[in-house]
Amino acid sequence: MAVCIAVIAKENYPLYIRSTPTENELKFHYMVHTSLDMVDEKISAMGKALVDQRELYLGLLYPTEDYKVYGYVTNSKVKFVMVVDSSNTALRDNEIRSMFRKLHNSYTDVMCNPFYNPGDRIQSRAFDNMVTSMMIQVC
Amino acid sequence: MEGLTLSDAEQKYYSDLFSYCDIESTKKVVVNGRVLELFRAAQLPNDVVLQIMELCGATRLGYFGRSQFYIALKLVAVAQSGFPLRVESINTVKDLPLPRFVASKNEQESRHAASYSSDSENQGSYSGVIPPPPGRGQVKKGSVSHDTVQPRTSADAQEPASPVVSPQQSPPTSPHTWRKHSRHPSGGNSDRPLAGPGPFWSPFGEAQSGSSAGDAVWSGHSPPPPQENWVSFADTPPTSTLLTMHPASVQDQTTVRTVASATSAIEIRRQSSSYDDPWKITDEQRQYYVNQFKTIQPDLNGFIPGSAAKEFFTKSKLPILELSHIWELSDFDKDGALTLDEFCAAFHLVVARKNGYDLPEKLPESLMPKLIDLEDSADVGDQPGEVGYSGSPAEAPPSKSPSMPSLNQTWPELNQSSEDTAIVHPVPIRMTPSKIHMQEMELKRTGSDHTNPTSPLLVKPSDLSEENKINSSVKFASGNTVDGYSSSDSFTSDPEQIGSNVTRQRSHSGTSPDNTAPPPPPPRPQPSHSRSSSLDMNRTFTVTTGQQQVGVVAHPPAVPPRPQPSQAPGPAVHRPVDADGLITHTSTSPQQIPEQPNFADFSQFEVFAASNVNEEQDDEAEKHPEVLPAEKASDPANSLRVAKADSKTEEKTAASAPTNVSKGTTPLAPPPKPVRRRLKSEDELRPEVDEHTQKTGVLAAVLASQPSIPRSVGKDKKAIQASIRRNKETNTVLARLNSELQQQLKDVLEERISLEVQLEQLRPFSHL
Repeated sequence: MAVCIAVIAKENYPLYIRSTPTENELKFHYMVHTSLDMVDEKISAMGKALVDQRELYLGLLYPTEDYKVYGYVTNSKVKFVMVVDSSNTALRDNEIRSMFRKLHNSYTDVMCNPFYNPGDRIQSRAFDNMVTSMMIQVC
Repeated sequence: MEGLTLSDAEQKYYSDLFSYCDIESTKKVVVNGRVLELFRAAQLPNDVVLQIMELCGATRLGYFGRSQFYIALKLVAVAQSGFPLRVESINTVKDLPLPRFVASKNEQESRHAASYSSDSENQGSYSGVIPPPPGRGQVKKGSVSHDTVQPRTSADAQEPASPVVSPQQSPPTSPHTWRKHSRHPSGGNSDRPLAGPGPFWSPFGEAQSGSSAGDAVWSGHSPPPPQENWVSFADTPPTSTLLTMHPASVQDQTTVRTVASATSAIEIRRQSSSYDDPWKITDEQRQYYVNQFKTIQPDLNGFIPGSAAKEFFTKSKLPILELSHIWELSDFDKDGALTLDEFCAAFHLVVARKNGYDLPEKLPESLMPKLIDLEDSADVGDQPGEVGYSGSPAEAPPSKSPSMPSLNQTWPELNQSSEDTAIVHPVPIRMTPSKIHMQEMELKRTGSDHTNPTSPLLVKPSDLSEENKINSSVKFASGNTVDGYSSSDSFTSDPEQIGSNVTRQRSHSGTSPDNTAPPPPPPRPQPSHSRSSSLDMNRTFTVTTGQQQVGVVAHPPAVPPRPQPSQAPGPAVHRPVDADGLITHTSTSPQQIPEQPNFADFSQFEVFAASNVNEEQDDEAEKHPEVLPAEKASDPANSLRVAKADSKTEEKTAASAPTNVSKGTTPLAPPPKPVRRRLKSEDELRPEVDEHTQKTGVLAAVLASQPSIPRSVGKDKKAIQASIRRNKETNTVLARLNSELQQQLKDVLEERISLEVQLEQLRPFSHL
């Protein structure tokens, strides 16, 4: 259901970004980039003391006309950003959460791979498959 | 690549050809030279060949992968049949004859002489493709001087002169290559470069040399080899795709086989083997992997950490990306470490990749690590792989192998909830009291074994402990000490523990076949009892009582006239019976005991069963235990108790044995009670007993159900609720029993007083 899914590293560079190729992908890249500000805003809003309790799911970062952007940040400040189509009204918050959870799990699996160096681009096929499955519905 | 559908024959044939061309035994890429030779042998004009190459994508890729090769072969067939070369034609042309490759006879002969590795051989073989290759074996040998095993493949390829035959020729390519290598070793048994993954890394390049060496060796064998190859393929089951080494068998077979006969067999084999499961690991391979595993991690049950595995596999010189993919495939439980199974799978994948196989997207089934206890409790079942419960991110399962380590190991203690979920299932068992009883008993038994949780149960006051002792000593007819023990355990004062224990025990009982001794069957009927709470008890009681009853009946005398908890009937009735015995015992205790049989059962049971824990019951239970122990023979007591429950449980006592056991296990009190009951006029007790038995039955049922908990994983909640209900009922029943027993106690006390008075009166006389 997602139109674009991105994994941003702690230093705010993308580890993985993928969008449905139907449109100008660059637009999505920009959206993700700008959403990072929102993510930082939400993170800092929690305050340092709440880092532990900070919820991983950030929720809707900002809606645009056509799209809604959701964010999720892990405890290691790796961010997942998901852009969904606004026309997908049926998409509930819970579903978004579950999608992020799946993303997080897959990301963890990638991390577990000793051949993966943290900070590298994610090139795992399993991760790709999982993301594809999440994005397939969009089409 | 366009989707390519091949018939079996085609597939085999192509596979053979592929292995033939796969000089380097990479299983992935065929040497262009060979392929070109092959195509030339197809007697197609060069431009057609070029076109074919283009179409199949080889020019694009720069090499002939397996799929490209197959497509190319198909296109060759298409071209040879005169159809226009189109991408679609590979699939659309039906009944395409196998591509024909012309080879000269000389080739065949030379093959004999030469090592099989030679394209010419292949080509020779191909020539024989169409014409039945009786001499195939030899033809194959042909002239070729393939360095690689290809000759064998070619030989095989030749075999398949006819479509039917072709399959034979196309033994799994990998096995093919392997075979050759293996041949080498067999021929010269030099280290098989490919044979062992061991020499893998470095000798990858040596493979070729090995093969060439092998070729030389083969040339010696020439006649047999072709057939061997051919046969070997047949022989070597798919498992050997990668590293088949059955030189011996191959040789044998070669001689024996005739193309025709072999063909069918081979085909079948090949089909099944090569195509169905190219990922199977042979024993040799497995041994090799295990040895390699040992070099990294001496403990075969341990893990190889990711970093070590990374180093190790990096030596294979595969690209990191592929290694990463292999890791993803093989690290089944996603914990960043490799167990032996995972390691073997990973190693196998590396070997496959090195040999040219494409990595699968999903781990093949034959490579899935066998999770150990995956499903003993859980449904591991089929999917050993399912282990991948990488549930929460960054959480490594405690143990790799068992997918449900927590369930397996921790269930007694770890989350009771999980336990409950896993174990509580049995609760529904109510249906068959006996079963439940049995389960409970088992559960209790096992639970007592584990007893971790039971320990809290053991908190019971000393009474219980006494009872325990008694129980243990008692051993109802059916009761096991364990049961008695467990029952006492079940008494744990701690409700939760009890509940958990119960659940645990239930699961045990459920799972353990002890229940086989059908606990007093009927006891359970009570599920519908209003006092269902007591049902369990009844169950337990019934079980115990049943058993007890039997036993009791057997030795009624054993049971001191326990005033069977004449719950209903005047205690006096019981009392007299019991009184004697009772009086002998501590005045109060015996009375209580007899009366309490049910109580004890219930309380015990409840304590044991109810997570809610009815404090009262506990108290009662405590009382009972006290009484019981005092009572005496725990057996009789137990039997009484059981008997109490018996009245009800009598019906259930059918399963008595188990119930007894369970009862014994659960509450200490119950066991004695049943015994007592038995002694008591069962009739008298009947009415009460009925109630009690019902209660006990309930309890028993509950208890029984608990053991069964593990059974019905999904019924935890229901089980819990049921057990709660039962416990409550048991509570009420016990309360009633309590009051009755109190009454009896009072009566007995009065009697005692009167007797004492009489004694006093008489004493002066004595003085006189």
